[in-house]
Amino acid sequence: MTEQKHYINAETTVKSWLLTVDHKRIAILYLLSVVGFFILGGTAAILFRLDLMTPQGDLLAHETYNKMFTMHGVMMVFFFLVPVVPAVLGNFLVPIMIGARDVAFPRLNLASWYIFITGGLFALAALVLGGVDTGWTFYTPYSSTYANSNVILTGLGVFVAGFASILTGVNFIVTIHKMRAPGMTWFRLPLFIWAQYATSIIMVLGTPVIAITLLLLVLERAFHIGIFDPALGGDPVLFQHLFWFYSHPAVYIMILPGFGIISELIACFSRKNVFGYSFVAFSSLAIAIIGFFVWGHHMFITSQSIYAGLIFSILSFIIAVPTAVKIFNWTATLYKGSVEFRTPMIYALGFIGLFLVGGLTGLFLSSMGLDVHLHDTYFVVAHFHYVMVGGMVMAFLGGLHFWWPKMFGRTYNQGCAVFTAIVIFIGFNLTFFPQFIVGYLGMPRRYHVYPEEFQIFHILSTGGASVLGFGYLLMFCYLPYSLIKGKKATANPWPATGLEWEQTTSPPPTLNFIHDPVVTEEAYAYAKKNEEFYRQAIPAESKDV
Amino acid sequence: MSNSHSPHLHHHFHSLEQQRQASSLGMWVFIAQEIMFFGGLFCGYVVYRNMYPEAFAVASHQLSIGWGGFNTVVLIFSSLTVALAVRSAQLGKKNQIIGWLVATILLGVIFLGVKCIEYSAKWEHHLVPGIHFNYEPHYTDDALHESTGSEHGTDHHPAPAVYPGHVQIFFAFYFAMTGMHALHMIIGIGLMIWIIWLATKDRFAPEYYAPVELFGLYWHFVDVIWIFLFPLLYLIGRHVT
Repeated sequence: MTEQKHYINAETTVKSWLLTVDHKRIAILYLLSVVGFFILGGTAAILFRLDLMTPQGDLLAHETYNKMFTMHGVMMVFFFLVPVVPAVLGNFLVPIMIGARDVAFPRLNLASWYIFITGGLFALAALVLGGVDTGWTFYTPYSSTYANSNVILTGLGVFVAGFASILTGVNFIVTIHKMRAPGMTWFRLPLFIWAQYATSIIMVLGTPVIAITLLLLVLERAFHIGIFDPALGGDPVLFQHLFWFYSHPAVYIMILPGFGIISELIACFSRKNVFGYSFVAFSSLAIAIIGFFVWGHHMFITSQSIYAGLIFSILSFIIAVPTAVKIFNWTATLYKGSVEFRTPMIYALGFIGLFLVGGLTGLFLSSMGLDVHLHDTYFVVAHFHYVMVGGMVMAFLGGLHFWWPKMFGRTYNQGCAVFTAIVIFIGFNLTFFPQFIVGYLGMPRRYHVYPEEFQIFHILSTGGASVLGFGYLLMFCYLPYSLIKGKKATANPWPATGLEWEQTTSPPPTLNFIHDPVVTEEAYAYAKKNEEFYRQAIPAESKDV
Repeated sequence: MSNSHSPHLHHHFHSLEQQRQASSLGMWVFIAQEIMFFGGLFCGYVVYRNMYPEAFAVASHQLSIGWGGFNTVVLIFSSLTVALAVRSAQLGKKNQIIGWLVATILLGVIFLGVKCIEYSAKWEHHLVPGIHFNYEPHYTDDALHESTGSEHGTDHHPAPAVYPGHVQIFFAFYFAMTGMHALHMIIGIGLMIWIIWLATKDRFAPEYYAPVELFGLYWHFVDVIWIFLFPLLYLIGRHVT
């Protein structure tokens, strides 16, 4: 049998990859880039976690420590978490899931990758030239007056990378509006698409604000124009307002696509349609919209008026409602489902547990009184890592394992993958749960030296981080290995519903489908799928993943 | 689809209509992000104008209303010429597209030239924030000075009406906003040269002229930004004198 032509082997030159306009290849380019940034950010984390084992911080100098946690934050937030799901899985799946041949603007899509890489190079240049120590938030007047001038390079890097994010958002919005296959109505869209759509809205409306904010910061830093300098009549808190106007919605850029993945996984591995489809769909939009009006909860202890704080606090509670809708609906989907504990499902269930902790501790922090005590402590650190790592990274890994056979046409070792998923879950909890306690006891974030009575928590945390790092390392072994030695995947190994599984091969051809699909049924028609499955009785095919 | 084999149809679209709608929606979404981009600057402007209204009024007097007004007229005319270019594209008249776009480029260059004159005047008057700024409070208008003094009671030594630092913030916004606007115009002129090149290659037809139309949207947007910038920067506080 001759090798089937698909997007990977259609052309094989390096040039054909670097000049590709195929959304699937661009997704792979993004995957490699964000994994690179993840390794950098992770290495920084390992270094400062080891350093924090002792109260005096014996491993790193104070300045190096500051630069390490800044690098960790900048790399992980702007160059990993923001693009990871939209630009990798979203890029790969959005056109296929809606039955299109490509995104609406393929060349813009490629441009976005080059812009992203340019931004990344700026940030890396800052690192090589000596590093930044402001923290990923670049708060003024520290960043504008006191810190070293590598702030300019890093700020420009994030500014440039922001436009990659905007272009991806524009592309997805137009693609989802205008490129759907015949019969693919809005309410037949997979929930992953709804989540990407909501995310794109935030990317398009939020990112330009951080761009202009960082540009003002760069001007302030380079020319001392006074906008954020209190000595010249400027207001440093204005920077925080503008910064969080993007950066809080950006938290939802970093979690909404994860929600979309979880909906797909839970439905597939409970063999049921998602409970309350339209509620889950609209809760994504609700989160995107309300998410724009909660930024002040980062600033309860600044000069912000107490009444503004009150409103921000209430809105922050309100945004928990659509989030809770999702969690409840996933749980209801599991109820009486035929649950299978395949690798992606283990990540999905891990996600629900960890995100629940992350989300609920968010409510602690949006209570103004409690926030005065918890602000800028390890409690906050633990909270957002439960959301970002326990939520988004777990969801991404679940999605990656789910669509891996589709993306590369190969299956990975199921035993290794399940073991790794469990290692990551344990390592994560061991790293971050002690931080809730030590934060509540009063350990401030970003401190290099701390009182000895907190040491036990830091040792637990560092131990956990090592387990977590080991888990990621395992993944870096068996996933690449599967590309070489893995068994060939069938078109629909799980088997799941959706155009990407039912209407095309693994991996898909360059224009995604051999025949342009027509959609005739609702999303998640698992009842029908199960019936077919048992009638045909082909368990041999489903077991190879 | 009757037009499914049109040379203007890209491989991933099913019809020219779908392609037209997609590119148009894309441009509108892009303009939405542009509004948020400038919105950050407008927001900062509003905050500081609220904090230092007198300084902003006084600083605004340093701008040349004549040049600003002239540029406003130039830009409005360029909106007309770009609209005529789009109209020519709809009618499939290649030479007219090129003619109107060249006219638009000329108007754009005139605008930027005037901007250069204004910027160099600011440099001469030491009004460039940070690198070349030295505002003398005696520039302050006397009438304004007295009115501000009287508001604060009968103090014999009223605080100066405006602090140079606050004037500097006005000029920081002046340069950031007009500079960002000018950058958009420079990009626009580059795009027009590209579209003229496409037109000379006969790339447009009455059923396909998306680049001209979308560029028209962009250019109008840049004009609208100026329509907001002109009063906010040049006209505020004119009633004071």
